Amino acid sequence: MDFLPTLWFILIAILWTGYLFLEGFDLGVGMLMKLFAKNEKQRRVLLNTVGPVWDGNEVWLITAGAATFAAFPYWYASLFSALYIPLTLVLVALIFRAVAFEYRGKAHTLAVRNAWDWAIFLGSFIAAFGVGAMLALSTTGLPLNANGDRVGGPFAWFNQYAVLGGIGVVAFSLIHALAFLGLKTDGDIRDRAAKLLARWLPVALLPLACWAIAVVWINASLAALAPLLLAVVAMVFAWIQARARREGWAFIGLGVFLLAGVAAIFTAAYPNVLPSTIDAAYNLTVSNASSTPYTLRLMSIVAAFGLPAVLAYQTWTYWVFRKRITESHIPAAHPVIPII
Amino acid sequence: MDVLEIARWQFGITTVYHFLMVPLTIGLGVTVAVMQTAWHRTGKAEYLRMTKFWGKLFLINFIMGVATGLVQEFQFGMAWSEYSRFVGDVFGAPLAMEALLAFFVESIFLGLWIFGWDRLPKRIHLATIWCASLATVFSAYFILVANSWMQHPVGTEMIDGRAVMTDAWAVFTNSTAMVTFPHTIFGAFAVAGGFLLGISWYHLYKRRHAGIDTVDATGRVIVGESATLGKNRDKVDYKVWIKSLRIGAVVAMISFAGVALSGHAQAQLMIEQQPMKMAAAEAACHDGTGFSLLSIGDLRSGGATTCDDVVGVFEIPGLLSFLAHENFTTEVKGVNTLLPEYQEKYGTHLPDDPMYGDRAGSEINYLPVMEVTYWGFRLMITLGGLSAVAAAVALWLTRKGTVPLNKWISRLALFGMLAPFGANSAGWIFTEMGRQPFVVAPNPSFEGIDQVFMYTAAAVSPGVSAGEMLFSLIALTSIYAFLLVVEVVLLTRYIRGGIGSAMPEFHERPGDGDNDQDTDALSFAY
Repeated sequence: MDFLPTLWFILIAILWTGYLFLEGFDLGVGMLMKLFAKNEKQRRVLLNTVGPVWDGNEVWLITAGAATFAAFPYWYASLFSALYIPLTLVLVALIFRAVAFEYRGKAHTLAVRNAWDWAIFLGSFIAAFGVGAMLALSTTGLPLNANGDRVGGPFAWFNQYAVLGGIGVVAFSLIHALAFLGLKTDGDIRDRAAKLLARWLPVALLPLACWAIAVVWINASLAALAPLLLAVVAMVFAWIQARARREGWAFIGLGVFLLAGVAAIFTAAYPNVLPSTIDAAYNLTVSNASSTPYTLRLMSIVAAFGLPAVLAYQTWTYWVFRKRITESHIPAAHPVIPII
Repeated sequence: MDVLEIARWQFGITTVYHFLMVPLTIGLGVTVAVMQTAWHRTGKAEYLRMTKFWGKLFLINFIMGVATGLVQEFQFGMAWSEYSRFVGDVFGAPLAMEALLAFFVESIFLGLWIFGWDRLPKRIHLATIWCASLATVFSAYFILVANSWMQHPVGTEMIDGRAVMTDAWAVFTNSTAMVTFPHTIFGAFAVAGGFLLGISWYHLYKRRHAGIDTVDATGRVIVGESATLGKNRDKVDYKVWIKSLRIGAVVAMISFAGVALSGHAQAQLMIEQQPMKMAAAEAACHDGTGFSLLSIGDLRSGGATTCDDVVGVFEIPGLLSFLAHENFTTEVKGVNTLLPEYQEKYGTHLPDDPMYGDRAGSEINYLPVMEVTYWGFRLMITLGGLSAVAAAVALWLTRKGTVPLNKWISRLALFGMLAPFGANSAGWIFTEMGRQPFVVAPNPSFEGIDQVFMYTAAAVSPGVSAGEMLFSLIALTSIYAFLLVVEVVLLTRYIRGGIGSAMPEFHERPGDGDNDQDTDALSFAY
């Protein structure tokens, strides 16, 4: 077994889990801006629950991408070039979302503010769908030739797994955001979020679970059955807790579901990092897609220091901003008065 | 246009655009941290206002840098998959380190800074802006290590058709990176200095124009106050602008000195590492010692084999040799000397390999586009130098405490803010275009490593169609254009709002509105 490439396969799975767990709720909150918030005050409450943290959450995506580049250049090159159009859309979505977060409150008119709300909603939706589709395709395969290049045209990647993964991440993000709002807000928002969470939780987790089951099934992976089982247990647990309105436990249950689900998917896919649907001989695996042991050792040392540090100060951030935010906290909007 | 050309345009446009935001972020971030430190130490109101006002502009700009930086990371894999496969073992590491060690710090600590006013203890809150702003500098280091490796590959061997890292220390202490890093950082501070200078100048001018500040018979300022219609412009407001102006001017001048010195060091390396780039920067066909002030002729007509139509009109004898060799006599090689050397070393034609697409087997043009390198080099130096001169003049003109009541100079000050941005862009376009036809330029000075190079023609994604590439080029370019307008409109609005735009409480007089807001939970909200 290739120890270092396997270690980095696990690390990249962890980075994606971190991304989906953290950005999951802020992508969800972004979508809920349009689907859930009743008025301007509520939209601002939603926005401010993720205000201090969303940018840090998004760095998990950047790190996952860069770590894939460093540790598995062939995986990075084939996956990103094969999904050219969808990733372009993801980039556009993330650009608009980021800018809208920052600029929305600086809008002078309702129409402009409303436009930025749409940017946040659509940006969050497209980013969640695109990342889900990308991960689903990476674990189920793309039509790649011997050089690792996509054949069959710009949309050759489109299949049922892309849709399943896309919906899976969108639905997970929405439900995760409802659980998050239960922890971060109070009053009407908290109550409505709790009700929706209890009602929709199993439905929302189903597509992601189906994706995990599909990957385990295709690869006939026995080793992945344990995390898969854990994911199912976590889902039931989260649902029970949500119905009992124990918001903290429901949120933790969702986290365990995600962790176990991603673990099942990546365990089942191992040692493939990106299978070819044309010929199994063209599969990209942890051995043939990775960087050299020298580079991986260097990166391992960096990650051994860097990753725990990130976890520590990011956790601290959540602790600093742990207070619940309610509509009464939202200050009046201050228009900028030109003095010159 | 074929895939390669579209991909190059896309990379060029998105990178130059990204690098409009980056230097301002780097330079302004540290400057704001210094301002907040001054407030922390002295408790003076003007430093708090400076921190808030410049911090607000910093954030408006920062978010654009974040949003456009994402594109940079993704497009290596999307548009340049062959490049990514070839260099990933070396090039991916600094990018991953940038994300893990620098960008996380930037994003998370900036979040703490924005929302942590009054929430965090003052000392810790001050630490957050320092963490965030120093992380932007670290970030630049990692990215420049990656870029410098493309200019001058080191610590690498060619194994199984790809570049493999064998010496991380060599990669991270690449001589090219060691001079490019200070050059870029000083360049960033030059941008921030000009930004402070131009905006402060305009505010001081407007105070004089409105009759708030006046001057006595000797020209010394008499600071006044005005509070009409909730527009508060007190004496502290004056201090904010005059101090910001002076900080900006000093930063701009020091930065230019740093830029010039590090640029000189870069030229000395360039002559060794990429002699063709230096020759192309001078549009020098023949060996010589002079720095060209103006050359005319058809810079491209010679194509790959000859370069005879360029005529130097004015040149300063010996200056080029001084830049490159620190004496006035050692000749710097011209294009006509270098072309045969490159052809002998790296061949005259691209290999007949499918990885080169339509270009397989075609003749290699080792000469960069000389209009771009020649004028890019000069534009960079001219704009950089002009802004330093402007900063010195500004300090002189404001020695008695305020700016002259002159509409044209104040317009010039605002316009002059753009010069350092232009110098940065021109410098990058020069150094990246000057590396062509290579995406990874060969390193001529190391044994065994001179096989580590890659032609740009081989780097593009083979599986991506021209249509896809065109789609993203059009999508990104139009979105970038739109967002540039948005950013400029917002920056303008906040600049015109003055201190009050960053401190709403500043305009409010007692009993003016609802003061019962729970500042504990949200002192700064979206």
